Amino acid sequence: MSKKPIVIRGAGIAGLWQALVLSRRGHDVMLIERSAKPFDQSCSAVAGAMLAPFCEEESSDALIRQLGLRSIALWREIYPELNCNGSLVVTAPRDRRELDRFARLTQGHNQLSGEELGALEPDLADRFAAALYYPDEAHLEPQAALGFLLRMVRDAGVEVRLDTADVPKSYARLIDCRGLGARDNLSGLRGVRGERAIIRSDDVELSRPVRLLHPRFPIYVVPWPDQLFMVGATALESEATSGVSVRSALELLSTAYALHPAFGEAEIIDVDVGLRPAFSDNHPRIVVKGDDIYVNGLYRHGFILAPVLAEMVAEHIADGTEHPEIFVADCRER
Amino acid sequence: MLHLYGKDFSNRLLLGTAAYPSPQVLREAVESAGVEIVTVSLRRESARERAGQRFWELIKDLGVDVLPNTAGCRTVKDAVTTAHMARELFATPWIKLEVIANDDTLQPDLFGLVEAARILSEDGFKIFPYTTEDLGAAERLVEAGCEVLMPWGAPIGSGQGLANVQALASMRSYFAGIPLIIDAGVGAPSHAAQAMEMGYDAVLLNTAVAKAGDPANMALAFAKAIEAGQLAREAGLMEPRDMASPSTPVAGTPFFKLDNAS
Repeated sequence: MSKKPIVIRGAGIAGLWQALVLSRRGHDVMLIERSAKPFDQSCSAVAGAMLAPFCEEESSDALIRQLGLRSIALWREIYPELNCNGSLVVTAPRDRRELDRFARLTQGHNQLSGEELGALEPDLADRFAAALYYPDEAHLEPQAALGFLLRMVRDAGVEVRLDTADVPKSYARLIDCRGLGARDNLSGLRGVRGERAIIRSDDVELSRPVRLLHPRFPIYVVPWPDQLFMVGATALESEATSGVSVRSALELLSTAYALHPAFGEAEIIDVDVGLRPAFSDNHPRIVVKGDDIYVNGLYRHGFILAPVLAEMVAEHIADGTEHPEIFVADCRER
Repeated sequence: MLHLYGKDFSNRLLLGTAAYPSPQVLREAVESAGVEIVTVSLRRESARERAGQRFWELIKDLGVDVLPNTAGCRTVKDAVTTAHMARELFATPWIKLEVIANDDTLQPDLFGLVEAARILSEDGFKIFPYTTEDLGAAERLVEAGCEVLMPWGAPIGSGQGLANVQALASMRSYFAGIPLIIDAGVGAPSHAAQAMEMGYDAVLLNTAVAKAGDPANMALAFAKAIEAGQLAREAGLMEPRDMASPSTPVAGTPFFKLDNAS
């Protein structure tokens, strides 16, 4: 290589999208990852991977929605396995007001009667009197999507170095996408613990993610290929990486059971924990420190923010553009 | 002034710190309402590993007094252990003592509460017990060393307001000299104003602010309602009457019904 490469640290969802976008724009890119086995230590691998910018506005704001919608368009361009069936929000009759609140705080939904819900998801017929339907949302299976991106990145000529934390001495730019791995370089970054379960059931068919609102445990079920269902996710202000607690497992699994009793017979395939990297406002930031750029704080929005943040970094490298709500000089201030 | 275990506060809204969209939004709510005391619940697994450190640092950075909470504890042993961890983590003898009896209502276990209060009080803790309006239980809590009582308005997170107004009024009269804080069940600023008008000393809430569309403004609305209720109490509320009493006498007014006569 005659030119110095752009080096990207961290092959999670942010680093992979970054490598893809930059290599497609003609840059020489090197991607380095501490794990020997891809995604082994990445919180992306345990993500829910719903592309739900409308639903996410319930607990975030318009910025996440706008960035998320742009990202869905970018996913559509490259990923044939993207499932664009929309998503659903339901609630037990007793918690009906939770549904009203959710509708009030979000956009992009249609109100469905129980019958209309049954037409969309036959297995949920007669189980709920009302639902919210977000037709423009999407979802994917994170491991498959990460694997796909890694192959694409390699095919695009990116040099991928696994099992190393060594940054080459000479590089054009260093883009740090390590999530919590970069905590010593970024003040104010914290981990928010999330727990999820994967279950298998031959008795339930779902075509799209379903959120079951509950005042105590807002939990969702995402259908994956091969009759697998991802049940997530807790959000605890804790950086403990210990295994899933009994209490959390009870919350997750009993919610799945409440969504459909047939899940009571489902097989538990896996339970796992991840730490979401977040700043105090739970918004993503791109921090520029000289030649080094940090992309971090994607919180629970890795899959709906990575594509658009990768584009922003590429544009910044090309002409210095800085999105005012995302770029910061010091990561505590904005 | 609100007087709690030898310390004075001018703001009578106590805020819980759970379930906000982000720590930044929590900060904005605390600042906009001028809150001086926040509660923080500890998960024991986090406390043990100190794994909640970053969030707790954000709480400490708020620069307000922290009242750690044994939220979610179901046994005396659990609550006592959690209280000790909280004292160590936040370097405060204050503890909001919760021992939960029932999963559906999150009703306090009064027997466990009194027992835990006794154990912790002997150990030097300053206890803020989450209790009901039951006078017998409240008396035992005072005997156990509690200098503050925190009866519920309604079940935690229910937003129903003051479900048993008569009993809460009795409690206020009975414990005239003890600071009483309505804890839980408050959904609207009007509920908080009502508690203050009844002579309660402060109001503690979380969900109504954390889950509002605009938490900072909702916190401010609660602060104003609490101030209004307090001011009304001090100014002296009128007694309700069972007949009309016009503020200006009408009988004998020379031009009474003048319009109709013309």
